[in-house]
Amino acid sequence: MGNQEKGKGLMESQNSADKLTALVVDDDKLVRMIHQGLLKRAGVKNEAVKNGKEAVDIHYSGQRFDIILMDKEMPIMTGIEATKKLRSMGILSKIIGVSSCTEAKKQEFLKAGIDDYQVKPLTIGVLNSILEVVKARK
Amino acid sequence: MEVGQMQRQWMGYMKSLFMEGFLDGQFLQLQQLQDENNPEFVVEVVSLFFEDSERILKDLSFAVDQQSVDFKKIDAHVHQFKGSSASIGAQRVKNACIAFRNFCEEQNIDACRSCLQQVKQEYIHVKNKLETLLRLEQQIVAAGGSIPMMEWN
Repeated sequence: MGNQEKGKGLMESQNSADKLTALVVDDDKLVRMIHQGLLKRAGVKNEAVKNGKEAVDIHYSGQRFDIILMDKEMPIMTGIEATKKLRSMGILSKIIGVSSCTEAKKQEFLKAGIDDYQVKPLTIGVLNSILEVVKARK
Repeated sequence: MEVGQMQRQWMGYMKSLFMEGFLDGQFLQLQQLQDENNPEFVVEVVSLFFEDSERILKDLSFAVDQQSVDFKKIDAHVHQFKGSSASIGAQRVKNACIAFRNFCEEQNIDACRSCLQQVKQEYIHVKNKLETLLRLEQQIVAAGGSIPMMEWN
């Protein structure tokens, strides 16, 4: 199961190793809706927050997720800042950096600690390949 | 009209929307996310798109009409609109936004004003098309049928 702390958010996964959890971090309601719909269809239990600070706070409260879909440009705390913060907190979740730009700041985002970079919105195919990798890790 | 006929009408309409470039593959992705667990997904997403778009267009009209034009602000709005239209598969709106951003970069206010009109027109077009499509879907479901699955290469 890795080095992650188990908080109240992951109780279910101890019953079924297949049940993945995800956190959607995006300031755009439409993108949140689409990404949550994608995850729901794939059977992944998920939550959504609207900026980097909320993403960090939800981890402070003890919740943990297998996957984090992290938008880059957000108010209050950007995806780059939030990723750095989460990694410094010891969070080992698979963080997918998600952005509407293709190359801009990709390097900076990668350096901050994301595992992968995708253009949004994600498609069913892209999400499935991400899920395969995460399931294999578990 | 019986269900089979309605379904064929729907398929024909969808095909034309793709052929004419109003929608792209992203819209099909959204349709695939609708199922018994999420039966209203497409309607919810499209409704949110309409809400967002109307707000953005209002903000854009205001920004473009200012005495002293803030191109950065205009670009930010257009960037947002490009993102949301791409999310839903509204291809022509997205492309109009891309052109608009180029003129923002050039700080060409006349071209920007003209682009705004373009974007508005494309939005109104796709809004009408989507409303028609969703109405057809409602009729199919009300008649006890299901919405066909479309493949796209």
